[in-house]
Amino acid sequence: MPVLDLMSGFIAELRNAGLPVSLTENLDAMEAVKVIPIEDRDAFKYALGATLVKNNAHWRVFETIFEVYFSLRGPEYAITQDGQPDDFWREMQEQIDQVNGQGEGKGSGGGMDSLTPEEINAMLMRALMSGDQAMMRALAKQSVQRFAGMEPGRPVGGTYYLYRTLRNLDLENMLQKLMDANRESSQQDLTSLEERLEKDEFESRIEQFKQEVESEIRRRLVADRGAEAMAKTLRKPLPEDVEFMHASRDEMQSLKKALYPLTRKLAARLARKRRHGRKGPLDFRNTVRHSLSYGGVPADPKFRYPRPAKPELMVIADISGSVAAFARFTLMFVYAIQNQFSKVRSFVFIDGIDEVTKYFKSTEDIGEAINRVNTEADVVWVDGHSDYGHAFEVFWERYGKDINSKTTVLLLGDARNNYHAAQSWVVKEIAKRARHVYWLNPEPKSYWNTGDSIVGEYGAHTDGVFECRNLRQLEGFVENLT
Amino acid sequence: MRVKPRFNDVATVRSGLKKVNYLADDGIAGVVFLADRLGKPVLIEGPAGTGKTQLAKSVAELTGARLIRLQCYEGLDESKALYEWNYKKQLLRIQADKNSDSWSEVHDDIFSSEFLLARPLLEAITSEEPVVLLIDEVDRVELETEALLLEILSEYQVSIPELGTITAKQIPLVFLTSNNTRELSEALKRRCLYLHVDYPDLEREKEIVLNKVPDISENLADQIARIVRSIRQLDLKKAPSVSETLDWARTLMLLGIETIDAQEAKETLHILLKYQTDIAKAAKELSVTK
Repeated sequence: MPVLDLMSGFIAELRNAGLPVSLTENLDAMEAVKVIPIEDRDAFKYALGATLVKNNAHWRVFETIFEVYFSLRGPEYAITQDGQPDDFWREMQEQIDQVNGQGEGKGSGGGMDSLTPEEINAMLMRALMSGDQAMMRALAKQSVQRFAGMEPGRPVGGTYYLYRTLRNLDLENMLQKLMDANRESSQQDLTSLEERLEKDEFESRIEQFKQEVESEIRRRLVADRGAEAMAKTLRKPLPEDVEFMHASRDEMQSLKKALYPLTRKLAARLARKRRHGRKGPLDFRNTVRHSLSYGGVPADPKFRYPRPAKPELMVIADISGSVAAFARFTLMFVYAIQNQFSKVRSFVFIDGIDEVTKYFKSTEDIGEAINRVNTEADVVWVDGHSDYGHAFEVFWERYGKDINSKTTVLLLGDARNNYHAAQSWVVKEIAKRARHVYWLNPEPKSYWNTGDSIVGEYGAHTDGVFECRNLRQLEGFVENLT
Repeated sequence: MRVKPRFNDVATVRSGLKKVNYLADDGIAGVVFLADRLGKPVLIEGPAGTGKTQLAKSVAELTGARLIRLQCYEGLDESKALYEWNYKKQLLRIQADKNSDSWSEVHDDIFSSEFLLARPLLEAITSEEPVVLLIDEVDRVELETEALLLEILSEYQVSIPELGTITAKQIPLVFLTSNNTRELSEALKRRCLYLHVDYPDLEREKEIVLNKVPDISENLADQIARIVRSIRQLDLKKAPSVSETLDWARTLMLLGIETIDAQEAKETLHILLKYQTDIAKAAKELSVTK
């Protein structure tokens, strides 16, 4: 396929994945491709990246799509045909025969097939031990060929093949084995620090090997199904579009990573907004001072900017199973920008309610505070199923008097009340006393008020109910809040 | 206005940068090469202390160009970034010969280039000799001020109402750095090549330490790089930057330490990490046997 066609397919796929690629950027990429040869794959990748991806959070998505579209380019990435070992493999085979002293010679002819799984495993261990990159890559190729059981046209996802390959290699126990072997081979005892460093090193090598296996599987799938179909199955939402309620563990990690820079940007933006939001009365002194550079003519009037009081915030979050992740993220988010508020208090509930402000006060580390909220907060009253009504009632009794006209109250949850009494009068009373009351719901709007969800009943008394399924929506809401 | 390319290929950029003591990886070298070939500015983002500003300085040194630096801050405006009329001189000119010149003559005269004070951006494009323009921490200016940069970044020209348009005599290499405290506008990003400089990987960091800290042993550098990598994997408020790694390496050299043990690492952690919670966390992690 000519490069031009490949490029337009590639860029279309980037746009499908949600990356904002403009026309000028597209043209730049075409220009860049002219001066960087496609054979130099790394340079080619960076050239495309520099022209098309202008946000580091999108880099992962870009890399995946790049691999799908350009993985079959370049000789070292070509797929070896089954049963026909490439030169590198043959060479390695000979070396191994020498090392093992297996002089029978039958091994070299059969290539991979002559090795038992145990032997492959032992070779992998040796490669990981020494950190031999080329060997690891070759082994990744061969293990996929051998263990994944890939057949053309089989409608199975890449994760299945990955699982099969890794299971056969027994990668889970590899780290322990490596550590043991390392301990034996070293003369004196390792200090705990050295051991820890070795462990990190091995972990990163194993991770690298896994990625090699993954990309080899991807390459083979692309060869089988074509780039477009493959890109479609691999399409993943950008971190800011991942839904809180259905995020996988990996996605959670990337969400967490995306959260911090996002809050920092938001905080900077909010601080700026506070300072420059409105114009105040003329600042006479300042104006006269600046008039000096115009020979005494007040050409550049200066104003006194008012500094509005920061709002107080009360967060009341449901942390029962289904919405726990959402509550955690919102709490993290709020505390990450807490200096934008004069005071933040937080409460969590399932069917009982507990104040958790102290966990955040006692440490600077938000992650640790969240962990303590999950383990130490006393939130179960009867059975540990959400009971908004009871939780709200108790809240009103204990903390209701603390709400004043400066307070903004955030209620977080899906309002799935398990058919308990709603007690929506509490929300009404809160709304009477507080400056604003908002409800954030992590469920898609179409699910609201279905089944045991009574968000409408509560929402009627608030200043607004907002759908808050992903980081993007959460950020948008918080920005309008202050 | 095509100019002669400064570099032949990516490899030349990389080896050239190495000569001026900047260890680039493939990504960095590739983008610098592209910037030269396409004549586009480079927007560099990444955590603090990973050598963003240094890259611009090193490229200037490599190409033998003069470095013109515009340090951005909140409240930066046209008169600080682009140009300003020299009011005092204009006043003097008017007062000097009150009676002789006619009004139109004076008018034309006081808005000529003699009364123009060139600020960094204008200076960069009017310069005769080759220059590298560094616009540092561009994320600190307000969104509205960013617009000032757009004309110069895409067309390499500055329009002055009283004088007309001044076009660049040669296309300078332009680097913008950002610490990512706010999202830059689409318009600015679109005009630039994007380069994200992250913490270096193990090998590169070790090389940087070997390169920048005189007389350090290979063994110690390796150990330093590995400990720093382990620390960066922790969930910290502020991960150690490259410059902090170098500070730490120098400290260890001064203390005469050949191999680091857990105790010494813990005692010098405050050079790598700047938050008490981070230090406590790292100290705990480094001593755990597992």
